[in-house]
Amino acid sequence: MTTTHLAFAVIIIALFSYWLGIKRAITVAGGEQHTRQLVSLPSQYGLLTAFWCGLPAILFLLIWSAIEASIVDSLLIQQVMLTLDTTAQQNMSLLVNNIKILAEKVQLNEDVSAATALQLQHAAYYTELNTKATWLKTLLTLVIAVGCVAVLLTKIKQSFHARNNLEKIVSGLLFTCSGIALLTTIGIVMSVLFESIAFFSKVPVTEFLFGTQWSPQIAMRADQVGGSGAFGAIPLFVGTILISTIAMCLAIPVGLMIAIYLSQYASPRLRSVAKPMLEILAGVPTVVYGFFAALTVAPLIRDFGILVDLPIVAESALAAGLVMGVMIIPFVSSLSEDALTAVPAALKEGSIGMGATHSETIRKVLFPAAIPGIVGAILLAVSRAIGETMIVVMAAGLAANLTFNPIESVTTVTVQIVSLLKGDQEFDSAKTLAAFALGLMLFITTLALNIAALKIVRKYREQYD
Amino acid sequence: MNTVMTSENLTSGDIVINGSVGTPFCDDAKMSMRNVNVFYAENQAIHDVSLDLAKNQVTALIGPSGCGKSTFLRCINRMNDLIPQCKVTGSFVMDGAELYAKNMDPVLLRARVGMVFQKPNPFPKSIYENVAYGPKIHGLATSKSELDEIVETSLQKAGLFNEVKDRLDKPGTGLSGGQQQRLCIARTIAVSPEVILMDEPASALDPIATAVIEELISELKEKYTIAIVTHSMQQAARVSQKTAYFHLGKLVEMGDTKQIFTNPSHQLTENYISGRFG
Repeated sequence: MTTTHLAFAVIIIALFSYWLGIKRAITVAGGEQHTRQLVSLPSQYGLLTAFWCGLPAILFLLIWSAIEASIVDSLLIQQVMLTLDTTAQQNMSLLVNNIKILAEKVQLNEDVSAATALQLQHAAYYTELNTKATWLKTLLTLVIAVGCVAVLLTKIKQSFHARNNLEKIVSGLLFTCSGIALLTTIGIVMSVLFESIAFFSKVPVTEFLFGTQWSPQIAMRADQVGGSGAFGAIPLFVGTILISTIAMCLAIPVGLMIAIYLSQYASPRLRSVAKPMLEILAGVPTVVYGFFAALTVAPLIRDFGILVDLPIVAESALAAGLVMGVMIIPFVSSLSEDALTAVPAALKEGSIGMGATHSETIRKVLFPAAIPGIVGAILLAVSRAIGETMIVVMAAGLAANLTFNPIESVTTVTVQIVSLLKGDQEFDSAKTLAAFALGLMLFITTLALNIAALKIVRKYREQYD
Repeated sequence: MNTVMTSENLTSGDIVINGSVGTPFCDDAKMSMRNVNVFYAENQAIHDVSLDLAKNQVTALIGPSGCGKSTFLRCINRMNDLIPQCKVTGSFVMDGAELYAKNMDPVLLRARVGMVFQKPNPFPKSIYENVAYGPKIHGLATSKSELDEIVETSLQKAGLFNEVKDRLDKPGTGLSGGQQQRLCIARTIAVSPEVILMDEPASALDPIATAVIEELISELKEKYTIAIVTHSMQQAARVSQKTAYFHLGKLVEMGDTKQIFTNPSHQLTENYISGRFG
């Protein structure tokens, strides 16, 4: 049986054992009408039995599937070693692969006349090993499933606390789920980290961090005319900062004004229309913003440049930054509005009751009280802007110019990652690995911003409840 | 809502509120309210209430929950303007000027009629800034030293100065509940109001802090006209000279505190102060 079939079999056994558990509980209690004597509900005994049957068997299946291939391989290699001289052993992985392919061909009745007798013998051994492993797996899984049910059924007594055991299993399952999220994060960080370390063994850290030339093309052969391969990330960071700054210059004031208007001045009817509209703005896919930037805003800006006699390039940082600013307005406005609304009404009444006007109250009382939430919103928006890719890919171009001039074309970290990993790539060249180093830098930056945002929000939160 | 229903079932079935009894008007009135009706959308919260606030006296507004006493208090400095569906009719006159007249600026009015709230609500600023807030927005001080003086005298009048003089730059929210409420009173005094409205100012405080606040109220009446909403009848008896008893949005009885508590004219008032309901 394959692993999938086995898993289904275990589930069916588990369903059956649910029923068995209930039956057993009722029997122990002495009949349907005496179930009140049990310390837990009959269905809880059933559920516990089902979990006890399913979980260990599934867990065993998972572990077995993870290690089966390597055990079979090592057994096969042992066998091959016996019959080969030492010179051939260097190509062991190739040999093993050939044997596996041969075994498959034999099973599918394909033409194997090219193979030697020895190879066929190995292939047959491999097939035999696999068959044995499958049998062992099936047998053990079923034994575990049935065995666990049997053990549990004997444990069910009137005083057996199925309820508490069930609670433990549930909390264990929840813990596992949160563990998965945590492990995934750690896994991503580790993979980026290790590839970056590989990159830094080819390109010095100082060149990457402080170099002002970015030209990741590397000649693959000696006679090829290619870039020299310069990996100075400064132009990319400058480009990122430039575009993010333009975006924030638009998003912070507009977003805050929207937040103040919606939370303090707007009539309930207007608010009920405007809030969902803003949320739609946050839901527009960034690629749509991207072509809006490239096809609408960028030409507009260029035409305006012609009007005032200013040479604005078609793929200017300005266009990308402005559209990105529009994109993150909802982040700033929505979170800031929450922060403003969360300020206790008593503070507002206190200020109004002192004879302050509405705008004085907002400026001097509500806004300072909401500052932690607002700063959190802004930092979140900044990390969003720094990590944004689609808009800049489409609107800002690829040229790594080191400039702070918003009407020139610049490129950003994320754009370069995309262009480095686009198409075919080899995973040992500095060009590809550079993407991981850039990713690491990006990750560290946004992580730092997020931590700062959380710190600020936490530090001031309790003060005004 | 439940309280209203219960008290109605208990009392209004057989006892009719037919206009108010007692002496709601006085000769030296600081403020005169006549035929006041307040509506929240369709619901009428106040029915035809007329009464005076006597100058330099403490007037206590008492009554069961939901009887409209807080609503009435908040109409006096137009705090109810903040509630969009709230509609106020009738006349509010202070020193001969109609408060709800078109040319009356509610912002200036609130500087003359200050308010202290049920829950202490110091601003998230330093103690100094809390008291200086009002004088600053109304431009009452022309120099830093003048402002310092206003802050100091206000804190002294509120009986808080000696406790906080070494930490004026510390946040006001770090004070104890009673101190916070006195800070709010100091903040209100700082703009030199003529009338101070207090909406259950001691209900969130412990008995000792309450005693301090009550003593303070008695001192403040020398300079200010005070109206206080309270749930505690003992408190009303201790601090006020006049008492108004509200029931279901109507003024049932008003008169000298001593007379109301010893010899109430209306059956409902007697039921309430003798603890039969509420």
